[in-house]
Formats: sequence, structure tokens, C-alpha cells
Amino acid sequence: MAIQFALQDGKSLSQRPSIAAYVVDRAFFLAAGLGAFTIVALVAYILWEIGGQALPAVIKNGPQFLVNTHWNVQNQSFGILPQIWGTLYSSLLALLIGGFVGVTIAIILTQDFLPHQIAVVFRTLIEMLAAIPSVVFGLWGIFVVIPFIRPAADWLHDVAGFIPFFGTSLSGPGMAPAVIVLAIMILPTVAAISQDAISLVPYKVKEAAYGMGTTRWEAILKVIVPTASGGISSSLVLGFGRALGETMALAMLIGNANQISLSLFSPANTLASLLASNFPEAGQIERQALMYAALVLLAITLVVNVIGTLILAWTSRKIVKA
Amino acid sequence: MMAKAAKIQDRRQSRPAPSKKFNLRRNVLELRSLRNVFLTAGACLVAALGAVPLISVLYMLVVKGGARLNLELFTELPPAGFEQGGGIGNAIQGTLATVAIASAISIPIAILAAIYLAEFRPEGPTSALARFLSKVLTGFPSILAGVFVYAAVVLLMGGYSALAGGVALAVLMLPTVTLTAEGAMRMVPQRMKDAAIGMGCTKTQVVWHVTLPTALPSIVTGVILAVARVAGESAPLLFTALFSNYWLRSVREPTASLSILIYNFSSMPFENQIELAWAASLVLVLIVLTFNILSRFIGRPQV
Repeated sequence: MAIQFALQDGKSLSQRPSIAAYVVDRAFFLAAGLGAFTIVALVAYILWEIGGQALPAVIKNGPQFLVNTHWNVQNQSFGILPQIWGTLYSSLLALLIGGFVGVTIAIILTQDFLPHQIAVVFRTLIEMLAAIPSVVFGLWGIFVVIPFIRPAADWLHDVAGFIPFFGTSLSGPGMAPAVIVLAIMILPTVAAISQDAISLVPYKVKEAAYGMGTTRWEAILKVIVPTASGGISSSLVLGFGRALGETMALAMLIGNANQISLSLFSPANTLASLLASNFPEAGQIERQALMYAALVLLAITLVVNVIGTLILAWTSRKIVKA
Repeated sequence: MMAKAAKIQDRRQSRPAPSKKFNLRRNVLELRSLRNVFLTAGACLVAALGAVPLISVLYMLVVKGGARLNLELFTELPPAGFEQGGGIGNAIQGTLATVAIASAISIPIAILAAIYLAEFRPEGPTSALARFLSKVLTGFPSILAGVFVYAAVVLLMGGYSALAGGVALAVLMLPTVTLTAEGAMRMVPQRMKDAAIGMGCTKTQVVWHVTLPTALPSIVTGVILAVARVAGESAPLLFTALFSNYWLRSVREPTASLSILIYNFSSMPFENQIELAWAASLVLVLIVLTFNILSRFIGRPQV
């Protein structure tokens, strides 16, 4: 870089880049462009590879694959309805719990409920939760959550067994422990994005509400949360997306049973844990069917994530404009 | 807060007593006030509940994992079925190796892409697409990275390998590092870049001498967080790096990793293996948290 700061006969301080600098600039521009292009190409390649590998199974099984309920390697008849059900059911229940707790935490942290130092510590704790690896949660679920909820599960099954949700007894792994751990895992995502959304609400909106004589919670529930509703709902959608794709903790906790049941205490399966548990030992035909299942999982999460990203982009633009 | 409250109190006292008709004070026993108190208590309780799992996880790690924390853990190979003792040395080595491979592949590409997105063509169609796809990829289920790499690398190379595991982790790191690096570069004040351009710098010189040095702490933070995240990943390694009971000698061989070791040992009926799974979890969480804390120290805003 040949920049000289001394003035020479009133000439400008700046000078043109040398030819070499120009060539380097072009080359670097191309390299950077290649980097950006790699991301686009990677996504295309992922779709092409998984799609290509799944193609034989897609042709052979057709749309029947989505509604069949058996995963039978001997007969080579494959269907993933129980896994789709398990994925959606576990994610929805986890979203119900994790979303509620996550949004509550976001409110507590942004609305000056806690003294500053405690709020900082608490926020760090919740962020640390996001750093714990999925397998560690799985291990914790096996040795802490399952023994902990077993008495409650047994009692609920005995007393209220006629309700379909408690229709079976908890034999070990099952839907309930999986949902609890899943809820804990999506909680930091929901809390973080909701906090951003709530702190984007202009101060004057809150002050106007207080000026009207509302209590703190009236202001929160009737003014602040509705104003931040776009961001909060995108946090829920993105949390849901995380829950759909979560693999290891579920593979360890859900019991890997291909059945459709409303019961919280019966084992089930999800698309991701089907992949995790069957893929390593699968033969050629089963592997193609698993690729088809991966394609379905990809489609579901892609749709959910695109919706979440779009809501987030749309609402943050709207609030900034207003 | 206190001063404000005192002022309001002052004003109230200096005024004539409010008439019964226009009492603006809220009655503490009014339904709305009670609901307010009840909601505050409930919300604090729910929030406290959210902190319980973390404390429980950390407690179990320290108690169960800490019991096996000794030198043997780091130097020995995993035990077979009924064997006693043993360690997780090769799993630690494998995790470090796969994460190093992933970093070596993804960080240069991600930084280049971020420079393009933040500096060269912030508004261009390729940038918009790349940015959108990166955001979508960050929500991508990690097991699909494993499925993809199985199809793209494992089938091609004819077997499981540490290299394939590294590539799978790189797929996960790429979008996160790109997005955080782009954000960091956008935080560099425009006037600094303008000044450099006014001196006759090319765009490349601006990037190398102004943008990158200024944004470096935030970029490093993003990189460390991404490394911490993939160090704990297991789903993408399941059928790319697989597992191995021996030390890693070549990147073309299958390799052990902490996360897969935890997964495998958690379902074993032997007490020894389960203790090792807890110890491995402790080591893994310590690695991840160290990276997280490191990122906080480096990432103090300096712009």
C-alpha cells in the first residue's frame, strides 16, 4: 500500500492504486465472491445429493411412504407416518412448555423485574443452557429425568389412565421424558429471540400504557407482548424448527418404537432419531428409504425455518419503520 | 428508581387530599392489583424453574463425572464390555481432530463469504441469496449434515473417516461463522472505510487494513462460539466419523469422539461404561464452556 501523507506542491494527498494493487483487488474480489457462492452451491449440492440418493426410494415407495406405518426391512416395506407423528407431536408439546417458559423468562429479563446483577447472572445461566451438548442432555434425561418423573407418571396412569394422554405406563424411555428435555433445549432459543423482540418495543409505548394507569402486568400482556408479537411468534417458530431437527437427545430418550399413540408415557420415534438409530447399520435398500425420510425432514424444517426467518425479517423491519 | 419514587411521593403529599370521587390511587386489594402480584410471583417461579435443569445437569456432571476425573481418563483407551478402568483419551483426540478439520475447511470460506456480503456487494442478488440461505442453514437439523456428507464424502471415499466427520461439522460451522463475521464487519464505522478509500486504497486494502483488524475481536468471538457448538455435536458424526476403540493414526480412518462415546456408553448395561460416559460429558461440557467463556473475554466491544 503506497500511501504517502506528505504534501507535494499542493497535490492531493491521495494517489491512484498501482496496477499490482488493482490486480490483487480483482483477485480478492473474485475469491470473496467464490466464498459467498460456495454457500449457495452448498445448499444446492445438499438438496441434489440427498434428493439423488433418495430418488430410487421415492420412485419405488411413492407418496404411500408418507402414510404407511411399518418400517420393515425384511419385506422392504417402509413408511414414516409414525415418525412424522412423533416428530410433530414431541415438537409441539415441547414448544408448549419451552415456549411458555422461554417467553416468561424473556419478559422477566426485559421488564426490570430483577436487579441488574441478578438479571445478568440469570441471562448467563440461560445462555449456558444453550451451550450444553445434546448428548449430555440425553444422558441426563436417562439418569435424572426418567427416574424423577416415573412416580408421577405411574400415579397419573393409575388414577387417570382412561384419559388417552396417560393411557400407558412409563416403562423407561418414552414421549414424556423426551418432551421435557426437548423443551429445555429450545428454551434458550425462544428466550433469546423473544428478548430481542421485546426490547425493540419503543419505550414510549410502555410509558403511555403506564400513563393510562395500567398495572405492570396489564401493560405487559395488553400492550408490550402484542406489540412484540411478531418477534415472539418468530422465536416460537424457530424454536419449533430446532425441536423438529433435534436428534441425539431424542434418539436416547424417546424409545425408538414405530407406533402412533397419544399417550405421553409410551415410546415413540421421530424422523431424526430414526435416521440416527437405523442409518449406521442399514443396507442399500433401507438406506435409500432413510434418505427419503431425510428428504421429508429437510422439507418440514426448511418450511418452518423459512417461515420463522421471514416473520423475523418482516416484523423487525416494521418496528424499525414505526 | 428510588429518587423517582420519592419525588412522586413528595408530589402526592404536597397536593390536597384526593376527593373520594377521583381517587387515582390503586387499591392494593383491588382485583387487578392482586392479579398483578399473583402474575409477578408466578412468572418468577416459572423463570426460576427454567434455571433448575442447568443446575441439575451441572451438579450431576460434577458429582458423577468428577468421580472419574483422573490422569487415566485422558491417557487410556475405552474399556470393552466387562473390563474395569479405562479412559477416553482417543475420544478427546478424535473430537479435537474433527473440530480442527472442520475449522480449517469452514473458517476461510466463511470469512471470504462474509467479506463479500459485508464489503463487496452488500446489496447484490448473490449476497441476498447467500445471506438468506445461511440463515436457513443455521436452523438446519444437524443430522442432515451427516446424511449429506455420507452421500457426498463417505460413499466417495469408500469408508468412514475423521475427514468426513470434519466435513460434516464444517457444513454446520459455515453459515454461523459467515453470519457473525458479516455482522462484525458491518459494525465497523463507515467513515473509517471512507477515509481509507479517500486515501486511494483499493477495496481489498480497506478490507485488510481497516475492516478486518477493527472487526477481528467480534469475528474471533463468532468463530469460537461456532467451534464450541460443533465440538458438542454428535448427530453429524454418527455415520461419517463413526467410532473407533483405538487411537487416531490417519484422517482417512474412522475416529472416536466424545459425543459418540457418550451416546454409545449411555445405553450399555455396565456401571464402568456409564461412569465413563459421565466423565466424558464433564470433559465435553468443560471444553464447550471454556470456549464460551473465552469468547466473552475476547468479544468485548472495542469499536
